Amino acid sequence: MFRDISIGQYFPGESSVHRMDPRMKLILTFSYVVMLFIAFSGPSLLVGALFVIIAYRVAGIPVRLILRGIKPIIPIVIITGILNMFFVEGKAIFSFWVFSVSAEGVRMAVLMALRILCLIAGTALMTYTTSPIALTDGIELLFAPLGRLGAPVHEIAMMMTITLRFIPTLIEETDKIMSAQKARGGDLESGNFLQRVRALIPILIPLFVSAFRRAEELALAMECRCYHGGEGRTRMRILKFSSADVYSALFMAGCVAAVVALNRLGAALWAL
Amino acid sequence: MAIIRTENLTHIYSKGTVFAETAVENVSIEIEKGEFVGVIGHTGSGKSTLIQHLNGLLAPTSGRVLIDGEDIWANKKDIRRFRFKVGLVFQYPEYQLFEETVYRDISFGPKNMNLSPAEIDSRVLEAAALVGLGGDILEKSPFELSGGQKRRAAIAGVVAMRPEVLILDEPTAGLDPRGRELILGEIRRIHEKTGTTILLVSHSMEDIARYAGRVLVMNKARVFCYDTVDAVFSRAEELEGMGLSVPQITRVCRELAGMGYDLDPNTYTVEAAKARLLTLLGKGEG
Ligand SMILES: Nc1ncnc2c1ncn2[C@@H]1O[C@H](COP(=O)(O)OP(=O)(O)O)[C@@H](O)[C@H]1O
Ligand SMILES: [Mg+2]
Repeated sequence: MFRDISIGQYFPGESSVHRMDPRMKLILTFSYVVMLFIAFSGPSLLVGALFVIIAYRVAGIPVRLILRGIKPIIPIVIITGILNMFFVEGKAIFSFWVFSVSAEGVRMAVLMALRILCLIAGTALMTYTTSPIALTDGIELLFAPLGRLGAPVHEIAMMMTITLRFIPTLIEETDKIMSAQKARGGDLESGNFLQRVRALIPILIPLFVSAFRRAEELALAMECRCYHGGEGRTRMRILKFSSADVYSALFMAGCVAAVVALNRLGAALWAL
Repeated sequence: MAIIRTENLTHIYSKGTVFAETAVENVSIEIEKGEFVGVIGHTGSGKSTLIQHLNGLLAPTSGRVLIDGEDIWANKKDIRRFRFKVGLVFQYPEYQLFEETVYRDISFGPKNMNLSPAEIDSRVLEAAALVGLGGDILEKSPFELSGGQKRRAAIAGVVAMRPEVLILDEPTAGLDPRGRELILGEIRRIHEKTGTTILLVSHSMEDIARYAGRVLVMNKARVFCYDTVDAVFSRAEELEGMGLSVPQITRVCRELAGMGYDLDPNTYTVEAAKARLLTLLGKGEG
């Protein structure tokens, strides 16, 4: 049941998006989010949508996967759209009782929905194409300057790496324990709220026990390999910017410029 | 009538995604009441997936599972009934222990069956005795036990439901030879004393040869063969080609037979080989 969640999962591949430097992917993802929020005209948001579609094509991530990732947030998109439709003031094109829908509202609703979809698809692309290890490497290096100010950047990155590494393991374990208790007649599906909460105990306790056991084993294994924190630690994989990184940064810059230009154009057209 | 029957059972994990994986394909088998069936196959051949269908933990992608002639998925609400009828002990079952005491953990299954307290008590004590767990251990926390004891406590947790069929998924994995012997001995005792139908999934050909009446060999999600121990192990070459091995003693007997000694190449247990060798030696001396 938990296995079908695809957002936040990594899908190994060999595309140039996969091979990009994780630092660049983080920077570009951040830029992309900023770009979506400064894009307020239809044409400029279309540039945003185009960008993410091209990126997905280059990365070779199947459309089905994107749709599956987006499905759970459709209700949010619809609700946001409806709220926008009713609450944005402007020339009413349709009204009943105290509600009225303005042309401006419809436009905002469509733009907002498009913006949210792009936002999810864009950020998901980063996790789809970047292994958790590379991602935390990127985060650690990007935030390394904060380390000089005394922030435990390495430790936080290590904790993130370990957490990400163990999420699938724990999900698998939860599945197994649930099956084992169901085999003994454990009933998770019926009963009132209190009964359902009680039914979780036979699952949570073994899960905690095994998480602690794993943590202990991992700590021991790390100590056996002389892990002593980030100080003086060298890297197995040195991150390097490649030409793909440069081109994609240029592409992003071009898109941002287009967004800014189209914002003006869009505003001018709308005003007509 | 067969107690368990599958008809063209197929299971595909993550169907319709890029990760789709056919773990069980077109399996039609019958298990008779009171049988002791061994299930072997290399890792990933679909053994665990297959057995999780037999008590309704997994639903078939296509095909049917019948218990006592009833389709277990005919009425979804009714599925728990079959879980009590067909007890399933998972691989590494000790990870399912959760209660404060071993006694209470074993009683989890019977309690879910809504039995009377007296009935629960007698079943817990009976199951604990069957797996060789004595008095004071029952009052200990399951987390204080040794690995082998934990495993036995977990098995008792399923046995206490008095299932008509008991399925065990590699119950000896990760135990030392003594622990393995103990557990296998207990499984045989349960089989003999209670007449429970047993399905034993194992990697060890020795264990299967010693305990099982019939053997189900899985290969790449399909049934490779399902027959008596003799018939299965007489296809030794094919089994070895699949990455499975016949018992060591069988290999020794084959070699000896090949060298011209009067020995049945289809000998699966040390006892049988010993008896045969002794008569041969007696002949040689006499
Ligand atoms: N929960 C699951 N989700 C997806 N694939 C699975 C799952 N469990 C098993 N598989 C796959 O199904 C196949 C059969 O696995 P399994 O039934 O566990 O075989 P065995 O018990 O013989 O080792 C394997 O290829 C395995 O990777
Ligand atoms: Mg298995």
